[in-house]
Amino acid sequence: MRALAIALISALLCMSEAFAEAHDECAVAAHLVTADYALPQVATAIANKQLNIVVVGTASSLLAGPAGKQEAYPSRLEAALSKQLPGVKVKVTTYAKPRTTAEEMEKEIEHIVSTDKPALLIWQTGTVDAIRRVDTETFRSAIEDGIEAIQAGKSDVVLMNPQYSPRTESMIGVLPYAEAMRFVALQHEVPLFDRFAVMRQWVESGTFDFVEATKKIDTAEHVHQCIAELLGDLIVKAANMKGPGAPDHH
Amino acid sequence: MVDVSADKRTYRGGGAPAPAGLGAPVSHDLAAPRSRTAPSRVERDLRLDLFRGIALWLIFLDHIPSNIVSWITIRNYGFSDATEIFVFISGYTAAFVYGRAMRERGVVVASARILKRAWQVYVAHIFLFVIYLAEIAYVSRSFENPLFAEEMGIFDFLRQPDVTLYEALLLKFKPANMDVLPLYIVLLTTFPLFLWVLLRQPTLGLATSLLVYIAALQFDINLPAYPEGTWAFNPFAWQLLFAFGAWCAIGGAERLAGFMRSRVVLGLAVAYLLFAFAIVMTWYFPRAGYLVPKWMSDWMYPIDKTNLDVLRFVHFLSLAVITVRFVPREWPVLKSAWLRPAIICGQHSLEIFCLGVFLAFAAHFVMVQVSESVTAQVLASAIGIVLMVAVAWLLSWYKNIEGRSPGSRPPDADLAGGEA
Repeated sequence: MRALAIALISALLCMSEAFAEAHDECAVAAHLVTADYALPQVATAIANKQLNIVVVGTASSLLAGPAGKQEAYPSRLEAALSKQLPGVKVKVTTYAKPRTTAEEMEKEIEHIVSTDKPALLIWQTGTVDAIRRVDTETFRSAIEDGIEAIQAGKSDVVLMNPQYSPRTESMIGVLPYAEAMRFVALQHEVPLFDRFAVMRQWVESGTFDFVEATKKIDTAEHVHQCIAELLGDLIVKAANMKGPGAPDHH
Repeated sequence: MVDVSADKRTYRGGGAPAPAGLGAPVSHDLAAPRSRTAPSRVERDLRLDLFRGIALWLIFLDHIPSNIVSWITIRNYGFSDATEIFVFISGYTAAFVYGRAMRERGVVVASARILKRAWQVYVAHIFLFVIYLAEIAYVSRSFENPLFAEEMGIFDFLRQPDVTLYEALLLKFKPANMDVLPLYIVLLTTFPLFLWVLLRQPTLGLATSLLVYIAALQFDINLPAYPEGTWAFNPFAWQLLFAFGAWCAIGGAERLAGFMRSRVVLGLAVAYLLFAFAIVMTWYFPRAGYLVPKWMSDWMYPIDKTNLDVLRFVHFLSLAVITVRFVPREWPVLKSAWLRPAIICGQHSLEIFCLGVFLAFAAHFVMVQVSESVTAQVLASAIGIVLMVAVAWLLSWYKNIEGRSPGSRPPDADLAGGEA
């Protein structure tokens, strides 16, 4: 019994060490995550001590397995933000449906915004469109319509573009979709979490090996933890920015 | 109006520069009869082969994902890319070769040759598709990673092979980077009719092509794709560039000669290229995006590749104006050994294009397996180009030995334009 307890404690210690390490590893790509535009609704929500965030996305906002939803980046984002914003009640809800294109998601966004009334909607998309080779113009205008619907519903939006997956890169032309999202983010002045660039940076700096074939989920969890931390930083920084319409909450 | 009589329809430039050059692959059996007015020889305009060969290399480099070497390709410095060069030159050579055939051997023979060429391109496309299927089938069996569960969706196409193959045979299902050949197949199958009009009424032919382009943009006309959407290269839009190339080949180039020589035009072309360069630079430095005024970005974006955006077309024209100006047809360097590798690639464009698509797959595959370092990227790119040149050289050698055996000289079709 005692042996078990010791084993458990040392395992926990190892884990916390792993997370500390994870943080440093994540930081390799931190310069690619920039708060270019303010998030005024998030700033108001933080001031009111209640921050509701909704993630709309596909399978890459989930992880496989029964505990997948808890292990994926949205839940980890909730934890990261709670830590960064003491006293603020942070809640992150995920609406992730595998195999949905941006256009299909866009049809549901208005409903989600009006029922959940989140301060922030994180919209992860692009990969399914790339697999199905949706016309990039259709894709782009779906995102533009979505952004307008979100902003009309008095929510902020952060876009998140596709993952960088070296193994499937020659089969799925993800780049035009990742770039279309960069472009729309600039045009509409909303922050973008450039997941594609971040993950590519991790590959280039040897932080993670994305080519390795594995059934184990640990790398995936690690990556989601990093995404959550960087995304949390982005949200807090953007909320503190004084942009157009940003309330003076200092 | 604008009927150019058969006599004026010479295939040589008469000293006047023309877009991407005059003349084209010419076969021995058909070369003689019409070569009157020219300075004695009917020679291939090596500029066509040269620029088509270079375009093939650039397309190969662009098709390798995450390849540092692709930074040298023109798409990073302006609106248009190697595809425009390739489509234009193919239209030019197609009209040159089949136009001659149509005039001398009749509509039926020329049409039969064009359609045979379209069939060859179709077979080549299906061959590449099989290679693609083999690659994704291999990866689907060997690669598993929970992080990329979503990306594994690409293997869904393997779950219903009947539908996938059927849609591919109909040219509706096209994997990434495999859109150019289907475009050519459509362009070639409609080419006999277009060429027939073009030879009688060049201006009418070009005007029709322009109308089709405008209608395609205006009414969103495009061919359907699988699993959804439309073709990535809209044939109704891209035909304009092919038709323009064809028009230049059958006499349009001479008519444009004065225009191309004008200093004003040259100045405008340079100014436009600089403008495009400046705009493209703001894509790499997003902060500089503020320098583009809002009205301009509203008017300019998106720059649509699917429908051959006018901005892309004009960018290509500007490049052509400058190229024709500074690379004369008789430029001695064209015959030097240095340019030979690109020229022989351009002379076997269908084969080398297909090889390039395959090599891009292979290079990426090897890079993922072995190393993704910058050195590996440079090495893979260089080896790919060397292989393209080697195969082109082999094909030239084959053509030579086949040409030498008595009585077996094949007709011009395989050297002909219309090549992918």
